[in-house]
Amino acid sequence: MSQALLQVRNLHVNVGDIEILHGIDLDIHPGEVHVLMGPNGAGKSTLGHAIMGNPAYKITKGSIVFNGADITDESTDKRAKAGLFLSFQNPIEVPGISLSNFIRNAQEELSGERVRLFRFRKQLENNIDSLQMDKSYLDRDLNVGFSGGEKKKSEILQLLTLNPLMAILDETDSGLDVDAVRTVSEGVQTYMKQQDRALLIITHSTRILEALKVNYTHVLVDGKLITTGDASLIDDINENGFEKYLN
Amino acid sequence: MKEKTQVEDINRSLYDFKDIEDDAHFYKFQEGLTPDIVLQLSKEKNDPDWMREFRLKSLEIYNRLEVPDWGPSIEGLNMDEIVTYVRPKTGMSAKWADVPEDIKNTFERLGIPQAERESLAGVGAQYDSELVYHNVREEVAAMGVVYTDLESALHGPYAEMIHEHFMKLVPPTDHKFAALHGAVWSGGSFVYVPPKVTVEIPLQSYFRLNAPGAGQFEHTLIIVDDEADLHFIEGCSAPKYNVANLHAGCVELFVGKKARLRYSTIENWSKNMYNLNTKRALVGEGSKMEWVSGSFGSHVSYLYPMTILQGDHSHMEYTGITFAGASQNLDTGMKVIHNGADTSSVINAKSISKSGGISTYRSSVVIGPKAFGAKSAANCESLMLDDESRSDTIPAIDVRCADADVGHEAKIGRISDDAVFYLMSRGLSEENARALIVSGFANNVSKELPLEYAVEMNNLIRLEMVGSIG
Repeated sequence: MSQALLQVRNLHVNVGDIEILHGIDLDIHPGEVHVLMGPNGAGKSTLGHAIMGNPAYKITKGSIVFNGADITDESTDKRAKAGLFLSFQNPIEVPGISLSNFIRNAQEELSGERVRLFRFRKQLENNIDSLQMDKSYLDRDLNVGFSGGEKKKSEILQLLTLNPLMAILDETDSGLDVDAVRTVSEGVQTYMKQQDRALLIITHSTRILEALKVNYTHVLVDGKLITTGDASLIDDINENGFEKYLN
Repeated sequence: MKEKTQVEDINRSLYDFKDIEDDAHFYKFQEGLTPDIVLQLSKEKNDPDWMREFRLKSLEIYNRLEVPDWGPSIEGLNMDEIVTYVRPKTGMSAKWADVPEDIKNTFERLGIPQAERESLAGVGAQYDSELVYHNVREEVAAMGVVYTDLESALHGPYAEMIHEHFMKLVPPTDHKFAALHGAVWSGGSFVYVPPKVTVEIPLQSYFRLNAPGAGQFEHTLIIVDDEADLHFIEGCSAPKYNVANLHAGCVELFVGKKARLRYSTIENWSKNMYNLNTKRALVGEGSKMEWVSGSFGSHVSYLYPMTILQGDHSHMEYTGITFAGASQNLDTGMKVIHNGADTSSVINAKSISKSGGISTYRSSVVIGPKAFGAKSAANCESLMLDDESRSDTIPAIDVRCADADVGHEAKIGRISDDAVFYLMSRGLSEENARALIVSGFANNVSKELPLEYAVEMNNLIRLEMVGSIG
């Protein structure tokens, strides 16, 4: 088997003085789709934010290796440059910069090269079309006044355009209507069709997964990975809930 | 002692060999502002008689009035040696080597060409700008627009018009520094736009910065006649360096009927400057006055552009931003007086403070007894970048008419860690993420500015943000 793209080893994470994650081990290889499920408050988002390096989540023990480099102590922007991406559960509104300028800015930071405007705009417009989102959003301030659904689509637009090696989707499907989930799911599928991309999907529902081939399902309860299985585990949880995993 | 050092600096200056005969004009060791000094200045300026008398009267008022004590402290300003600020050619006599490093660095990073840097630093003449100024003048003159320096206009065909308007909106009795201005004003612009003329290109005083004496006590007088339209831009976002550290300029704007004037200004004084500037507009029936204002730099600023909505259905919009960094106390805001019926004003004021900087929004909205149906909406937002900085909002509202609609909203915030994390998760460094949030905050001002100024303002914000991490 090829080397893991993401290697999480014995990861302990605090929020303030409280330990939320108690020793997580996780390997994600290129081309794999992992699903992370678990009851509310289990620490799923914490894992996503800790991998992305949110300073509010302190790693007290363990390590994260991404694409062969130890990023445990790296700043968030360095992790992004290494090829990590986090789709936020609640994307932040930033007034004064347009969605399009922001993505261009990010692309230039990530690549270290100037973006060629015409090509970039075209790519952006293709991507936003595929998400069935109006082009006018490109020139609106980043997420400002976007509906819940548009915010999530804006995240997937960023995913498609910035094209990282691996993406963590933190409840990208929550709060979306059926059509929006399908659109977003198709966007994620487009991303995965490329060679050697990887996904960690945090979700409560299965609809976003329909278009994707899930390799592994993990169940996180009280800050620990209780069990790992294949895609069939999702159906099991959907039917029976988390009860049998709770003490 | 400090002032004496400055004189010595000038004596070593590049221009010394030219200036030896002017040495007497430096009034080196005299204290206090005397009628003799003002008379001498008046003579040098070749003032008409009325102006000479006006200066002397202003001087009397100046000597009578007290220094204002209601705002930021101006104790650092030595009023006994005020005469050294009045010294002619101060702005021109600096030496490149004496320009503080931080200002030179700022020029460097703003990408301002060497020639302009020297001009902005008060060193030497800037021939390109003179040329541009000249060309613009020719172009607008073809439309009947007068755009010239105030001193020469005093002797031209518009002398009478200037006499009628000069310091009528800001009388010398207004406050001590207005009186000082009346006594020693020097340089500045005169613009007259005849009825029904729309000036397509913005006129920029930037091109006149190096006029002798400009930048210290300059007087701007703009008259926009009925149904005319003008955009005037004052200043520049590069820091202007002056040896003397007092700026007491005056701006008087007269807007006729159904006319429009947009007055944009970016002030970025060197950080030793006391900026005590007075700006006022009188707006006629059905006309529109727009202010766009960016205040950076200076040690202390008192700046409250005032609009008198005299005519019915007249309208004012104010969009301003103030950025106070370390050791800066910037007291800015605006005043509006609604006299006419159905007048309206919209105020969007923003401030940013960091590294212990103090930023105060001070405003006064007055609705006069005849201003039936007047509307005023103010919206103030402050962004504080750290715990040492300070931001205050002091609005005064005085309504003397029962039929008026007045609102004031204020909001104080800081940069959210979540937002910084969000931007960093897309690859932006912490510094860039913060700068982006701050320039986004300032965006409603920069988008009102012509492109080159907006770019400079954003660069300026970035510069101010450098080193703000940690």
